Amino acid sequence: MTPDPHSVPFLSLLLVFVSAAFTDNILLVRFLGLCPCLGVSKKVDASVGLGLAVTFVTACTAVLNYWVYRYLLIPLDIVYLRLIVFIVVIAAFVQLVEMVVERLSERLYQALGIFLPLITVNCAILGTALFMIARPYNATQAFVFGLGSGFGWLVAITLIGGIREKIDEKHVPPGLRGPGLTLIVIGIMSLAFVVFSGMIKL
Amino acid sequence: MLTGIIVSVLFLVGCGLVFSALLLLAERRILRYGPCAIEINDGKKTLEVDGGGTLLAALAENDIFIPSACGGRGTCAYCKVRVLEGGGTIGPVEAPYLSPAETKENVRLSCQVKVRGNMRIAIPESLFSIRRFRGHVEHKRPLTRDIVEVRIALDDPAEMPFVAGQYIQLESQPYRGRESVMRAYSVSSPPSDTRAVETVIRLVPDGICTTWVFEILREGDSVQFSGPYGEFRLSDSDRPCLFIAGGSGMAPIWSMLRDMKEKRSRRSAVYFFGALTQADLFYTEPLRQLEKELPDFRYVPALSREPPESDWSGERGMITDVLARRIPDMAEYEAYLCGSPGMIDAAIKVLQSGGIPPDRIFYDKFA
Ligand SMILES: Cc1cc2nc3c(=O)[nH]c(=O)nc-3n(C[C@H](O)[C@H](O)[C@H](O)COP(=O)(O)OP(=O)(O)OC[C@H]3O[C@@H](n4cnc5c(N)ncnc54)[C@H](O)[C@@H]3O)c2cc1C
Ligand code: FES
Repeated sequence: MTPDPHSVPFLSLLLVFVSAAFTDNILLVRFLGLCPCLGVSKKVDASVGLGLAVTFVTACTAVLNYWVYRYLLIPLDIVYLRLIVFIVVIAAFVQLVEMVVERLSERLYQALGIFLPLITVNCAILGTALFMIARPYNATQAFVFGLGSGFGWLVAITLIGGIREKIDEKHVPPGLRGPGLTLIVIGIMSLAFVVFSGMIKL
Repeated sequence: MLTGIIVSVLFLVGCGLVFSALLLLAERRILRYGPCAIEINDGKKTLEVDGGGTLLAALAENDIFIPSACGGRGTCAYCKVRVLEGGGTIGPVEAPYLSPAETKENVRLSCQVKVRGNMRIAIPESLFSIRRFRGHVEHKRPLTRDIVEVRIALDDPAEMPFVAGQYIQLESQPYRGRESVMRAYSVSSPPSDTRAVETVIRLVPDGICTTWVFEILREGDSVQFSGPYGEFRLSDSDRPCLFIAGGSGMAPIWSMLRDMKEKRSRRSAVYFFGALTQADLFYTEPLRQLEKELPDFRYVPALSREPPESDWSGERGMITDVLARRIPDMAEYEAYLCGSPGMIDAAIKVLQSGGIPPDRIFYDKFA
């Protein structure tokens, strides 16, 4: 698919979204963003909260990084700085979001607590930015790709949270409780997601 | 090649600057809470502050100084206050420092609580009188090989009223790459001496503040501190007193004893002072003089590492053993302790087995 910068057909956007969210699920297929997932997925509502925050940040930073890449890094011929620059952009954006959340809802701020600043180092977000520039996307597609990728993470962590809530850890050998069991759950779920992989090829 | 390097360096620096500027601007615009009222001690005082900062900073701006040794980083836990309303929930930085009893009492670390609206808080009454002072070093003289006496003459404000036993928080200045810190030092001068504060400072090897005092600070230099802090003081009773101190723990006791003399106190008192060798004793002459001036006072220095063959004819051994030997029945006494946490804990054990109830043992741990 060669992108046409002026018209973006809806179907192509849908494809980008679905592929980012399911066939290439950042958590279950690419295995990125695992550490915050292990930490937070104990409860569904916390999972949804963090998932929404990650989706928002991923989508926004994907476009921001697209612009930075396209209009600064390429013209200045310093593409090799992309890792540092992307991280800085993400960190600054997260700081901004943190301020807004703090101002708007103290409850959400306290609930997200330490996880909000941790989003900065969530590799799913940096991963999304790097995958994004590896593909011939335009700004709209980059945004949708980020949105899909974050949404995929949200779906995955919510499912994992749901499963973890249902598991009665009394019957689990002590050494496997917590992160151990979660990794097994993630492994089985990722098998299920691999099934999607043949569906769309981008 | 060279331009490539220059471009990338400039770009990274530019990135950093632009983002910092944007964030600073955003902080100004977004985190604005407008004026907030902080009601202290049931309406004793109400402050109008600009919301958005920490409670500790908001109080300091209004000249109410909550003790703080870590500069608001949430590591010293000195800055506890009770937040009755408007403090929000306890954050992850505070939680480890608050006991269940304190949580129930709404105790919080004021450096971690943000002012986001009207608040009601409760602080000890004595904190109202804490001020920030500027002074200059009137003299700095060695007392032993690792203890100096530092006398700071007050410039602004010109006087500091305090109670014998209280301490100040001295602010060290940055030196050799080390940051400015605040450290507590007990005042050793008597309260009648309001225009200066004297301190007795022991060098902690590689300590930030003490190294500054020993190696950087010169006579005539300007210094900043806040005070007076602390509840360590003589009670109003007329029970006989046991003073127990080691090293620089001399400071508050030296202030109390001179205060007793000036106020013509008739209380009887014994002062046990622990040191390693004769060379580590100081103020011996004036203390012997006080034995004559106070109606019933004895000074008992005890040395734990004095060579056995030396000419020392006084007590030898650990201060706690000497105490137990000299005063077998302590039940009637009140005890005042000052020094390292290890010495204080050991002394408290001896005092309690000697029959002094815990509510008559007062101490300042130099932790
Ligand atoms: C209420 C109160 C009153 C005090 N009054 C006095 C006083 O009158 N005179 C006085 O000299 N000090 C006094 N202190 C101790 C003083 O506040 C500092 O803790 C001490 O001077 C060390 O500061 P620093 O910045 O040099 O060392 P830091 O840089 O804080 O510490 C360096 C290292 O030394 C260790 N350390 C810290 N303090 C001590 C200590 N006291 N003994 C041994 N090791 C230590 C630390 O754990 C650290 O590893 C008082 C403390 C309190 C809480
Ligand atoms: S000032 Fe040190 S913990 Fe608050």
